[in-house]
Amino acid sequence: MPKITYKDSSGGSKTIDVENGLTVMEGAIQNEIPGIDADCGGSMACATCHVYVEEEWFNKLPKAEDAEVDMIDMAFEPKKNSRLSCQIIVGDELEGLVVTTPEKQT
Amino acid sequence: MKKTDVIIIGAGPVGLFAIHQLGIKGLDAIVIDNLDKVGGQCIELYPDKPIYDIPAVPECTGEELTKKLLEQIKPFKTKFFLNERVDEVKKDNENWIVNTNNNNQFSAPNIIIAGGVGSFEPRKLSLKDAEKFEETSLFYAVRNKEKFKNKNISIFGGGDSALDWALELSKFSKINLIHRREEFRGAPHTLSEIKKLEKEGKISIKTPCQLSSIEGDKNITSITIKFDNGKTEKIETDYILSFFGLIMKLGPIAEWGLNMSKKTIDVNPENFETNKKGIFAAGDICTYPGKLKLILSGFHEVALASVECFKRARPNEKYRFEFTTSSKTIQGRLGKK
Repeated sequence: MPKITYKDSSGGSKTIDVENGLTVMEGAIQNEIPGIDADCGGSMACATCHVYVEEEWFNKLPKAEDAEVDMIDMAFEPKKNSRLSCQIIVGDELEGLVVTTPEKQT
Repeated sequence: MKKTDVIIIGAGPVGLFAIHQLGIKGLDAIVIDNLDKVGGQCIELYPDKPIYDIPAVPECTGEELTKKLLEQIKPFKTKFFLNERVDEVKKDNENWIVNTNNNNQFSAPNIIIAGGVGSFEPRKLSLKDAEKFEETSLFYAVRNKEKFKNKNISIFGGGDSALDWALELSKFSKINLIHRREEFRGAPHTLSEIKKLEKEGKISIKTPCQLSSIEGDKNITSITIKFDNGKTEKIETDYILSFFGLIMKLGPIAEWGLNMSKKTIDVNPENFETNKKGIFAAGDICTYPGKLKLILSGFHEVALASVECFKRARPNEKYRFEFTTSSKTIQGRLGKK
């Protein structure tokens, strides 16, 4: 189970073990990490599980598909390293992944 | 005040199927939804995306599912109150009184909340100053085109709404189309039209950049945008139009005294009643042990809730479980002979 660190916009941080196969969003929801709403439940329809992925990790992740990038347009303050956490599937290769939640989701 | 047997809040797939389940039991319902059309998330979020887990329907889009459901409930001639949000729910003896933001009042022994994740509202600009210009020189929708004639208009967004309005308003105004990345996601022919108008100088496209400030006292006079490379530009602007899609907000539901877990309503999984007698919740908005946020779960939930609704709406009648295949009464209600 890889360790994933969820930082918030004010500097707080929580590191948890997330089971392989879950998404980064599900890891947050199951462990009550605040800052990720995931209103649509992971169907890539709402952009409320938006996170910023640390640069070095961003390039290692499989590229976002077009529909995800389109949806990120709708997110709160999107940046170059924005992703929807419901589309990042956890595996051993993500050991140590760090994501930061935006100031708010909507 | 309009009286009915059941007030359904939310016209998504679950709210629509509730009409059916109530209708075959001889109960009347009205439906209230904040969107301007029926279908809920199916229409607003994924009209073109295929759904693969509706029983006996191997594949259909959100739009197709909505159409089929509307066809299925046609015999019941249900009244829809769209563009309306339920603001208040009050108890009146055995009945519930519902007040909407459109000054409509309804009364019924039962309410089914099939509100998904809440009501859809436009996603607002994150800039703090933005709020004070709202409805005077910043808009999230175009209600009256005339207002936007012969003005400097800055449109934000990269989707169909932003592109369509850029095209339409460029006929009589100067348009700046501002988007956070180079790519737009609109219909290809709209995009080529926009490019053409850019060459003609009618639309000026600014990408990749974001809004950094709004200037003005009562009304907006200009905006400043910041490009990804750090450069900034001040743009003379009379009106801002912002199209960043819709978000879902639970809204007033949170204030009706219902037991809640996070943003969902606790229900009894035997009849999907909340802690208030006669108020039910079904679909994505309800929660109970093992809850799955699937359309098919919502269908099951309203079927069971409708039985309890019957008991409350017809206290002097005995509820009889019947099959649509064999019940002449049901077939009559469906207009079959």
